[in-house]
Amino acid sequence: MSVDATMPRATAPAILPGSGGMRGALSDLFWRRPQLLLLLMLLPPVLWLGIVYIGSLFALLAQSFFSIDEFSGLINRQFTLKTYGDLLQAANLDIILRTVTMAALVTVASAIVAFPIAYYAARYARGRWKALFYLGVMLPLWSSYLVKIYAWKLILAKEGILTWLFAKLHVLWLLEAWLALPVVGGNSLSVSFTGTFIVFVYVWLPFMILPVQAALERVPGNLVEASSDLGASPGQTFRNVLFPLALPGIVAGSIFTFSLTLGDYIIPQIIGTSRLFIGQAVYSQQGTAGNIPLAAAFTVVPIVIMGFYLWGAKRMGAFDAL
Amino acid sequence: MTSAVSFQKVSRHFGSVRAVDAVDLDIAPGEFFAMLGPSGSGKTTCLRLIAGFEQPTSGSISIFGERAEGVPPYRRNVNTVFQDYALFPHLNVLDNVAYGLMVKGVGKAERHKAAEEALSLVRLPGYGARRPGQLSGGQRQRVALARALVNQPKVLLLDEPLGALDLKLRENMQEELKSLQKALGITFVFVTHDQGEALSMADRVAVFNDGRIMQIGTPEDIYQRPRTRFVADFVGSSNVLPPDFVQRYSGQHRWGSLRPESIRVSRAASGEGVAARLISTNYLGATTRLALDADGLKLHAVVPAGTALPAEGEAVVLTFNREHLHLMDEPA
Repeated sequence: MSVDATMPRATAPAILPGSGGMRGALSDLFWRRPQLLLLLMLLPPVLWLGIVYIGSLFALLAQSFFSIDEFSGLINRQFTLKTYGDLLQAANLDIILRTVTMAALVTVASAIVAFPIAYYAARYARGRWKALFYLGVMLPLWSSYLVKIYAWKLILAKEGILTWLFAKLHVLWLLEAWLALPVVGGNSLSVSFTGTFIVFVYVWLPFMILPVQAALERVPGNLVEASSDLGASPGQTFRNVLFPLALPGIVAGSIFTFSLTLGDYIIPQIIGTSRLFIGQAVYSQQGTAGNIPLAAAFTVVPIVIMGFYLWGAKRMGAFDAL
Repeated sequence: MTSAVSFQKVSRHFGSVRAVDAVDLDIAPGEFFAMLGPSGSGKTTCLRLIAGFEQPTSGSISIFGERAEGVPPYRRNVNTVFQDYALFPHLNVLDNVAYGLMVKGVGKAERHKAAEEALSLVRLPGYGARRPGQLSGGQRQRVALARALVNQPKVLLLDEPLGALDLKLRENMQEELKSLQKALGITFVFVTHDQGEALSMADRVAVFNDGRIMQIGTPEDIYQRPRTRFVADFVGSSNVLPPDFVQRYSGQHRWGSLRPESIRVSRAASGEGVAARLISTNYLGATTRLALDADGLKLHAVVPAGTALPAEGEAVVLTFNREHLHLMDEPA
């Protein structure tokens, strides 16, 4: 069999003519100067981030170095640390401490609840089960945040389904004993810190599951086998291989759960006690109280805490496995 | 003497797939044992059954006389060198090697000293502080080997450990592995699809196909006296001769095999033999491989380089020593 019999001789020229026109010229230009294309693609988001986003953040932060005239209620635009002094008053420190404690507890609980779900999805779920997993995790995000919170108010109320369930299981005394505890207890779950905590964990859980699942997905299955082969029990494999390799995902998830809890003002407003969280304090300071400098100073707190948090996580080697 | 590894009628089925099908196997202590076969032949599943990553569907496995079914990998004194090494990316080389000792509770100073020694054994002294990502494929392979050997396993399992290395490195590692095994006296079980590797390194070879062992024997047995057409064809691509052809030369109506290097090729005019046509020649460096057609029967011959060769398409005569014609057990 000769080549000529099966392959027609090529008649096309070695170099094709340009497609012509404006678009052809642009394509050729971008091919020759890829940096130009990159610049064009990056310019709008950089302008947005740099000026509109970061710029307004700095404008806000600048407000925290102003002070309010207590008699006239007008803002005195002179540099002062007086507002930060106000922030350190016992009542305000209380708010900060309460919020940070809640955010930390919510983050730890989210990580504990999320890990097995993420592990199952990354290791075992295939095909249809994987699709079901994504649907199950994402579905709550499709419905309104407010509707979910009010639904939880009903679930946690004294006449709600949870109390009914405890009664049916003859463990109502357990719930009552918990509610009788100081700080975490209250008249019913819907007006206690426990209720606030449950709803925070519920609402932010997807933001923890997805990064942990992504991190676990990147851990090759044979590392777990290798660990077991070298004599590590399942617990040791978790501590020495799975956890360190999932840590970047857990840290990424905790950035969401921690910072979202630090800033939220709706959940503690609807579910929980009348004691304020940072978000609520910002809301009331800039609104009814009209104290923009103090509101700005309050918003600096989560930013500083997150900064320290990331710095600490990096020092602990959370990003080494990236 | 108790076997290092013993399989009795071991099967491992995945749904309707019989990955391993009623395999009997005895590996002697201190032996270098190769499992050879094409991909999907069940050799790797057998290795995973020894390591404990898989459990047999039926049959029994014992390691140094002790029953191993239901025993998890971490309670077996057996270590594996994985195909893609499976080094822990978040640990440096020293901690990778010391991992097995660490989980057994050996103190830091002691396990680092042992790991350092193991690294010297595989000729990587002083590499402890590096990350696996900073090593070449050959170096990672040595680290994986050190990480397994530092535990002083009763059996060392190697899953195609040389597969990812280039030819030169692979040849070096073959020699090194063999001398290491001799020096340490540990039972090595080696999985490969490369027949050359199996023949050159192993004391005995098991040839796998479709979840079954086709033949177990010394490399010479397997190479010179294949029992079935599959073994003859897979190990060194022997010429498989049909019963009718074999009957003319041996008087027996059985399948036969003939090594390519046993065939002599001469020009058609030069006398008696099997009439054939030279189809193509393939220059391989030290040898030249000839594809031949003897009246519809496709044959291969290997001749030393430099032999004067007929032109492609020319009629030739094939001769061979009748002693080299091997009769196989497989029924005609």
